[in-house]
Amino acid sequence: MNERTETLRRKSLDAIPSISGERAEITTAFYKENQGRYSIPVLRAMNFRALCTRKTLWMGEGELIVGERGPEPKAVPTYPELTCHSAEDLRILDSRAKTQYKVDPSVIESYEREIIPFWRGRSMRDQMFQELPQEWHDAYAAGCYTEFMEQRAPGHTVADGKLYRKGMLDFKVDIARAEAKLDFEKDPEALDKREQLQAMAIACDAVILFAKRHGSLAATEAANSTNPFRKQELLKIAAVCAHVPAHAPRDFHEALQGYWFCHLAVITELNGWDAYSPGHLDQHLWPFYQKGLGDGSLTRDQAKELLECFFVKFNNHTAPPKVGVTAAESGTFTDFANLNLAGLLRDGSDGSNELTHLLLEIIDELHLLQPSSNMQISRKTPDAVLKHALKVIRNGYGFPSLFNADAVVEEQLRQGKTLEDAREGGCSGCVEVGAFGKEAYILTGYFNLMKMLELALHDGLDRRTGKRIGAHTGEPGTFKTYDDLFAAFETQVRHFLDIKIRGNQIIERLYATRMPHTFLSVITDDCITRGKDYNAGGARYNNSFIQAVGIGSITDSLSALQELVFDKGELPLPKFVALLDSDYAGQESLRQRMLNKTHKYGNDDDYADALMTRTFQMLFEAIDGRPNTKGGAYRLEMLPTTCHVYFGEVCLASADGRRQGQPLSEGISPAQGADRQGPTAVLKSAAKMDHVKTGGTLLNMKFTPSLLEGEGGIDHLHSLVRSYFKLDGHHLQFNVVTAAKLREAKTKPDEYRDLIVRVAGYSDYFCDLSEALQDEIIQRTEHAHF
Amino acid sequence: MRSGLVFNVQRFSLQDGPGVRSTVFMKGCPLACGWCHNPESQSPEPEIIRMRHRCMVCGLCPEQGLEEPVGRSRNEADVEACPTGALQTVGQQMDSTALVKALLRDRIFFDESGGGVTFSGGEPLLQAPFVIEAMRLLRKESVHTALDTCGFARWQELQEASAQASLVLYDLKLMDDARHQAATGVSNRLILQNLKALSAIHQNIWIRVPIIPGINDDEGNLDATAAFLVSLPGIRQVDLLPYHATGEAKFARVGLLSTAQGILSPSIQRLETLAAHFRAQGLTTTLGGQP
Repeated sequence: MNERTETLRRKSLDAIPSISGERAEITTAFYKENQGRYSIPVLRAMNFRALCTRKTLWMGEGELIVGERGPEPKAVPTYPELTCHSAEDLRILDSRAKTQYKVDPSVIESYEREIIPFWRGRSMRDQMFQELPQEWHDAYAAGCYTEFMEQRAPGHTVADGKLYRKGMLDFKVDIARAEAKLDFEKDPEALDKREQLQAMAIACDAVILFAKRHGSLAATEAANSTNPFRKQELLKIAAVCAHVPAHAPRDFHEALQGYWFCHLAVITELNGWDAYSPGHLDQHLWPFYQKGLGDGSLTRDQAKELLECFFVKFNNHTAPPKVGVTAAESGTFTDFANLNLAGLLRDGSDGSNELTHLLLEIIDELHLLQPSSNMQISRKTPDAVLKHALKVIRNGYGFPSLFNADAVVEEQLRQGKTLEDAREGGCSGCVEVGAFGKEAYILTGYFNLMKMLELALHDGLDRRTGKRIGAHTGEPGTFKTYDDLFAAFETQVRHFLDIKIRGNQIIERLYATRMPHTFLSVITDDCITRGKDYNAGGARYNNSFIQAVGIGSITDSLSALQELVFDKGELPLPKFVALLDSDYAGQESLRQRMLNKTHKYGNDDDYADALMTRTFQMLFEAIDGRPNTKGGAYRLEMLPTTCHVYFGEVCLASADGRRQGQPLSEGISPAQGADRQGPTAVLKSAAKMDHVKTGGTLLNMKFTPSLLEGEGGIDHLHSLVRSYFKLDGHHLQFNVVTAAKLREAKTKPDEYRDLIVRVAGYSDYFCDLSEALQDEIIQRTEHAHF
Repeated sequence: MRSGLVFNVQRFSLQDGPGVRSTVFMKGCPLACGWCHNPESQSPEPEIIRMRHRCMVCGLCPEQGLEEPVGRSRNEADVEACPTGALQTVGQQMDSTALVKALLRDRIFFDESGGGVTFSGGEPLLQAPFVIEAMRLLRKESVHTALDTCGFARWQELQEASAQASLVLYDLKLMDDARHQAATGVSNRLILQNLKALSAIHQNIWIRVPIIPGINDDEGNLDATAAFLVSLPGIRQVDLLPYHATGEAKFARVGLLSTAQGILSPSIQRLETLAAHFRAQGLTTTLGGQP
């Protein structure tokens, strides 16, 4: 960091998140005036243009990359057309202890007067809840699954190389060409396509306008600036904003600023999941970097400074806050933008370069919450690159996470993508795989495996809500064999997947017809050539995902049941169920036995691991390949974000010794404390799952810093990563921090505000986590006995 | 097929030779060092111990005496019934093929890291035929093998075992015989004699010197050790292993007495100073066995 970027970083860290009412006000006013006058895509694009025209601009002192989502850093806009906060929600956001957002009384007043009255019943969330059947609501309330799109729009996607090679005017040429090809005589959808294409053209103009406004502001500030150095910088910024994103970037600075305007455009039009991400940043910037160094227009230090300014921009973007139950499921400021480093080029050669190292250097020095970063490790990735990443990881900021680039390609080939598109793809959000710039890969919701077993043990009755929401699978006394039990479990899984997917289809159609994302469609192939929106199947690939949560806990529970009930016949199943219903009341010895004396996933123990693979295979068969409404298919992912905590809260005690309400295991990690054979055994167990059949798995490992000291420590970690990836493991992330330090941070939050820990696929400030999650992480960390 | 008494297999073991290794701890030792890190490895019989911190006082064991060594007061059935796993049997008979099969579970990590399997203890050579057979099976599978020995063994067995070991880790504690006898219970004559002979026929020997403050960390002893080692071929490096109090709590569990009570681990600075004595003689020296 130099003085400029250190100041910008400090300001970003010190800025207090707040809610801005501006976007909601502009949108509401626009809708009041224009709703019904235009087709929906055009209406949406015009609303976006209104935002780009009227939004308050921000140009911070010393900034080189410009543009904010809100009127100032960390001022977060709202999206009432998606989900409209109540006045109560806003008051809670303003006063809650964790992940607090300042809300000015004037915002609440404007919400009560204008925004809430207009959007109540009109927001996507309200429409969705209106359309979804009762069975969906019952299962949702019981905690069988969550629903991503009730809070934010579909998104979950990432830029590819074309964004660094084309300008908006080039995209407009493509749009005009597609429009010229429309066949109104034979194609009944021609009119819809024309509306969609015209909307995309408006969106292109809107972002150009937005950039030009920034350019004018910079020019004005330059004229007023008394500092000759800053004046020059402002003039440069003005020139950059005049050129990108209308035209393709010509140099390193323009490439970053051009991306940033597109990023802002994506997240200003709609609040899509995971914001947006720049893709393989080291690969995409490489030509600009080489050219700049070659012709003397750029130095390494200048590139570093620009990149650091760029990083700070991401950190200025606190996630828009959620409403309702999801706020508890995932309370975080993180907006999930995630950079990809290294990996493969389209031709299959190693994609790492000098910029990979430069970016690692920046990640290490800045250690900001956002953007997240990950490294794609292929067989071809040099050891020096991986070891550099491991040294950064060792410092304990939780970045970057590591992915197996070869498996990521193989997973996508299995889904039917071309080899080149798969290689240009990578991972975003937490661990999700997608073909960057060409795919709508949509996460639809977490799926509570433990609740399925619980329902199988209660003939479909959910004891917590008192409703019979599941299938009738028989009283537990009727299960004569383990297979009978497993069949009941599978029946419940399929029953709720059916409900979930039926609901998903409704939600998908609502977004397809009522909430297009016109700008995202411009930059995602093949929306233009198809004349279809990103949300309506316009993308080249359209996979939808369901995220199964709690594979460790479910495996250990099935293991205890198989062993004690069916193998040994020691405990009849009805008695076991009564024990769980009572939360092991007065039966601590038995609970301890379940915790300590049964076979557990995570120990390279084939007895337990075979149960895991059987469950995994069952889930895969129940989900994979089922069609969505966009011409794509459903796929399985194994990741929790923080949902394992929420899912644990709604579950009774389980047969693995877990108490009622305690968190489930997270990702594909073993249940907290269940792994006792060290990291190689954990990796072996996890690799027995066929990762290639998923769209992403998440394995979180914890190490105490002492284990990683010196070159030797890096070498050992390196061997673990390479070995796991040889076994087709998808992803690995490391938490390097002592349990003692975490405990201290819990009691003295003020001294540890900047302590970042790896949560689950992303990193977060430890002090912002809920107490349950803090304890869970401490427990996970304490177990690092090796 | 031979069977041996194993007290632990430690996976992801990082300090018993190169790379990622699994260390097989054999039970039984001819020495009785008061600072032993694994006192439960000393007796050549299986023993039942109680991990007091895991005990929930479930009522299975009488409440009085929970702090005492288990001795013969509990049997295998009690270990089986103990809900928390606080009661454990230390020492399991395993046949060599079953052991090797279990060890090969981590071969991908051995391959990737240049690691392998180390036989340690206790003293592995107390069960030399078993250890030799297991190492032979491992080498057939192209797994790197290491033998970690105190050197107090019959020459014939040391020779035969070292022939199956790609690496020998050889412990040297004290050069003065009287002090050696006082500290370990046995004379060091055989140990030094064996090392001399071994160094003539084995090309890859690492010397392991535990640094126990107040027992063997005086310059006189370390200079004598260095002088002895310099005269030997086959010595690749010297590892100074700092004493840790990790073994202290374990002594009571097996009813033994630690003579290292209250001894603190040597500081890094102290270890560096001591390492200088070895380096001055031209010996490659590491701290803790990590390069």
